[in-house]
Amino acid sequence: MFKKVLIANRGEIALRIIRACRELGIRTVAIHSEPDAASLHVRFADESVCVGPADPALSYRNIPNILSAAEITGAEAIHPGYGFLAENSHFAEVCESAGIKFIGPFPECISLMGNKAKAREVMVKQGIPIIPGSEGKIAGVKEAIETAKKIGYPIIIKAVAGGGGRGMRVVHKEDEIAKALQTAQLEARTAFGDDGVYIEKYFLDPRHIEVQVLADEKGKMIHLGERDCSIQRRHQKLIEESPSPVVDDRLRRDIGRAALEAVTASHYVNAGTVEFLLDKDHNFYFIEMNTRIQVEHPVSEMVSGIDLVKEQIKIAAGRPLELKQSQVKLRGHSFECRVNAEDPEKFTPSPGTITAFHLPGGPGVRVDSASYMGSVITPYYDSLIAKLIVHAGTREEAIAKMRGALSEFVIEGIKTTLPLHKRVFEDPNFVKGRFSTNFLERFLASPSS
Amino acid sequence: MKRPIMDLKEIKKLIELMSEMALTEIEVEESGRRIRIRKEPPVAGREKPMSAPHSIEKEVISQAESKSAEDEKTVLVRSPIVGTFYKSPSPDADPYAEVGEVVKKGQILCIVEAMKLMNEIESDVEGKVVEICVEDGAAVEYGEPLFRIEP
Repeated sequence: MFKKVLIANRGEIALRIIRACRELGIRTVAIHSEPDAASLHVRFADESVCVGPADPALSYRNIPNILSAAEITGAEAIHPGYGFLAENSHFAEVCESAGIKFIGPFPECISLMGNKAKAREVMVKQGIPIIPGSEGKIAGVKEAIETAKKIGYPIIIKAVAGGGGRGMRVVHKEDEIAKALQTAQLEARTAFGDDGVYIEKYFLDPRHIEVQVLADEKGKMIHLGERDCSIQRRHQKLIEESPSPVVDDRLRRDIGRAALEAVTASHYVNAGTVEFLLDKDHNFYFIEMNTRIQVEHPVSEMVSGIDLVKEQIKIAAGRPLELKQSQVKLRGHSFECRVNAEDPEKFTPSPGTITAFHLPGGPGVRVDSASYMGSVITPYYDSLIAKLIVHAGTREEAIAKMRGALSEFVIEGIKTTLPLHKRVFEDPNFVKGRFSTNFLERFLASPSS
Repeated sequence: MKRPIMDLKEIKKLIELMSEMALTEIEVEESGRRIRIRKEPPVAGREKPMSAPHSIEKEVISQAESKSAEDEKTVLVRSPIVGTFYKSPSPDADPYAEVGEVVKKGQILCIVEAMKLMNEIESDVEGKVVEICVEDGAAVEYGEPLFRIEP
């Protein structure tokens, strides 16, 4: 087992990783930017190294400084968390060359799955259903029109190097496609440095269903069931739950099996998530694979009883998976609400100082947060303040528990999305489990909400 | 930069020193680290002849804190990268700059080594070296003060 691990991240996930390390008896090194010097992850780590100024490109994504920090502290492994360098195959490679273990999959797998068009090709070969779409990158408008005709409108244009919901354009008619293609390519180049785009069939009212997988370095793999992440605004997840209210045991078995096929096809090692789209008829299609621990990992931890971050570290240390698929028992129901420092109606960021901070508690209530009273939310990083997670025996009980927890959660001094979460948890359709990825946009637009 | 507290060996030495000299409290400050060891008076009824519990306070002081008014006239040269500080180009060579020496703008003051690459750190100002803020061979973080120069 590692003696010392460096956490190449900040905020709640850095704290999460520090906790897992502490439980495994591993000493921790926090890296931070200058404005983050008073952060909790710095405070609770055993050692810390300032790696740059506020700009993430010069600090949290500063590969030379981060590697140097690992060198001077003697860290044997680096956990990249999510975002920043977590899916940067070059960083994973450089760690390998420096003799530092990157806690995650191998660099080749990161770059393969990071190219959305290539990932689809790999999955098709493995026999996993994918959304009808173009084979690889679209060469130009003519090919776009032909592909769209074959698939049938509406279609969506997506960036091959994209993710996180950016660089996408929906097209309903042929006369819109040329302009949409141009805009999507420009956005893609700006956001990801690669203007390559591909086309997929666009489904109305789909659900976003993703499967958590774990694979060790000996080829053993398991899945921990699915998460329903359909409650999204502009492709940014806001509320997640496990299990999905529409997935029965049979579908779970089928989709779980498909997720493990994806692991095999990509030679995946460590924790990962396979994302699927579920249409109205409960057909599922592979969308993409996320080669990192995800923000919403806690809901899977609550229903499975498995500490995913500890598993990541153990796998990276060469330990075999202890559980077989048949031993994975999923119990009860879990929800997560992402509490962001944003205006709950306009979604504009709300940086500032937290003047009051009281967390809910009690059985089955968990909060993952690096905020505290007096902490300053800066505009440099993402707006996630806290993740509120609940777990109960049934979906109804979990809803009741979340309502209670939301009402107890006090944050003052900044605007947050708490009021929005409260409203969603009162919505009759949400409570009945009747929603798709379009739910939140419609909910926000309707006058009664 | 937060470093691990002093080595256990050093702490044991301090405790021995306390016993030898019959001290009840000792505080040592060095290179921005401070440790205070306090021996609680023996309580009646405690049977063990072994030393009463020592309470150890660990404090890490920010090295960026300036102490006196004269510091306002001086300029700090800070490390732009993370690495190891070396005051000379090689172990047997003379240091690049000594305290009291006058340096020019752009003159090399030291090396910060990162991942086997030697990075020469230049002075931003012309002036006299008043203080070398870190020890030779010490680990430095981004923004860590290396030299104090009086322009």
